[in-house]
Amino acid sequence: MTVDYIFDSLNQLLPELAGSSLFLIISMLLPIALLLGFITIYGFGVIYSEIKVSSFIQDKTGPMGQGPGLHAGKWGLLQPVADGLKLFIKEDIIPASADRPLFILAPFLIFIGALTSFIAVPFGEKIIITDMNIGIFYIVGMGSLAVIALILAGWSSNNKWALYGGMRSAAQIISYEIPAGISLVAVIMIASSLSMQEIIAYQSGGITNWIIFDNPFMPIVFIIFFISTLAETNRTPFDLPESESELVAGFVTEYSGTRYAIFFLSEYANMFVVSAVSATAFFGGWQSPVDGFLDSPAWSVFWMISKTFFLVFVMIWIRWTVPRLRVDQLMHMCWKVFIPIGLFNVFGVAIWTILRG
Amino acid sequence: MSELLFWFISAFTIISALIVVLNNQLLYSAIALLFTLFGVAGLYIYLWADFIAGVQLLVYIGGINVLIIFGIMLTNRISSVRLSQTNIQQGVGGVFALWVFIFIGLIISKTEWYQMTSAEPSSTVREIGTLLMTKYLLPFEAASVLLLGALIGAAILSREAN
Repeated sequence: MTVDYIFDSLNQLLPELAGSSLFLIISMLLPIALLLGFITIYGFGVIYSEIKVSSFIQDKTGPMGQGPGLHAGKWGLLQPVADGLKLFIKEDIIPASADRPLFILAPFLIFIGALTSFIAVPFGEKIIITDMNIGIFYIVGMGSLAVIALILAGWSSNNKWALYGGMRSAAQIISYEIPAGISLVAVIMIASSLSMQEIIAYQSGGITNWIIFDNPFMPIVFIIFFISTLAETNRTPFDLPESESELVAGFVTEYSGTRYAIFFLSEYANMFVVSAVSATAFFGGWQSPVDGFLDSPAWSVFWMISKTFFLVFVMIWIRWTVPRLRVDQLMHMCWKVFIPIGLFNVFGVAIWTILRG
Repeated sequence: MSELLFWFISAFTIISALIVVLNNQLLYSAIALLFTLFGVAGLYIYLWADFIAGVQLLVYIGGINVLIIFGIMLTNRISSVRLSQTNIQQGVGGVFALWVFIFIGLIISKTEWYQMTSAEPSSTVREIGTLLMTKYLLPFEAASVLLLGALIGAAILSREAN
């Protein structure tokens, strides 16, 4: 959608060069450049809010020193920039016994997985890079790249902690993909489409039409989906792959400098993607909560971003509130609690949808 | 442009497929298989089979390739980085592969290919769903019963006898 739009407007701007391959390449690369810029700015913002929210929850002040203003600033707004600069200046260490090509490949693979998922994320009524027919399915599929990247990171480091972290993350992400997928099946049955924009279009007309309020099963479906996405993005209470009290830092133990920063940024980018999927599938995406209120293409971006950021905030909130699970509790919860409830929900939603006609 | 991209994806698929069979490090082969499967998913998109491409991503990359990597890591000594595979009987295998290649090539060149008369379908998912629930319901159910049987069988086999 956006690619076509840029292509058309470039053609109208320079009619003598209309239809050239150059324009096609530009209109494909421009959204990717914008996306990289967005992820970077969002990364700074979300890391800052993670530090500050965690500090406030723990009754601390958080960063105060960095940033503009008198006395070197009161809010420490430039703390994430300083953190980022520190990571990029640090020496990039590759252990001598590591498997060098795979060690280098792993961070790129996880970042590609996060970046390509953004292609199907609807940022607004008119802003989506490609509204594909299989949008939600595509995002779920791309999420599986992260599994391979984490196993590779853990294995190629040639470090027992890293290997344990990689194995745990693989087992965890593969397990929790199932309840997340089952939850999305219920959503897809209601909206009867896999396209992100069509799922949002189904929920037009105010808060009562949102899928989470569609029938009594959907709040449970949302809770299962949300907890599964926490597990898929390795957030506490599911951060077993990098639990520092047992595994030093899990699969990132041997990573330093820029490569570590890429892992860090990918985790936050993945948080945005799964929150955007939650917002799309359950909370009406870019639709306004009240029909006709602040309901224009420009405001749609505001609604989408604020819904997504609220869900990201809830993830941060949970991280600093809930203690970490044990491995057996994690598996028990997925296979013996979430999957049976999820299947029951799918059955219930199917019957509800048929009876409603 | 579209054709250029097609040739790029084809070359990408074939080169990574060659790495899968010619590399002598088992894990590198598994990683190259990941890129091969990615390339195949790209080719499916060129055939207007976007749903199949998504299934390729989810099932082959997210499931099967992860299982292969898991298998390699668990069946070998995982603490050692160097795992190797060797290609034995290269001559016989080459002759056999050449024969299969010629055979498939002949089939491709002799078949009367069905030409798509209508424009490209806007969404394949809906048609696939409708057909699976009407015309192909019996094969679909048979496949799901088979998979359920395999699932239960695997659970019973892997269970420790107590």
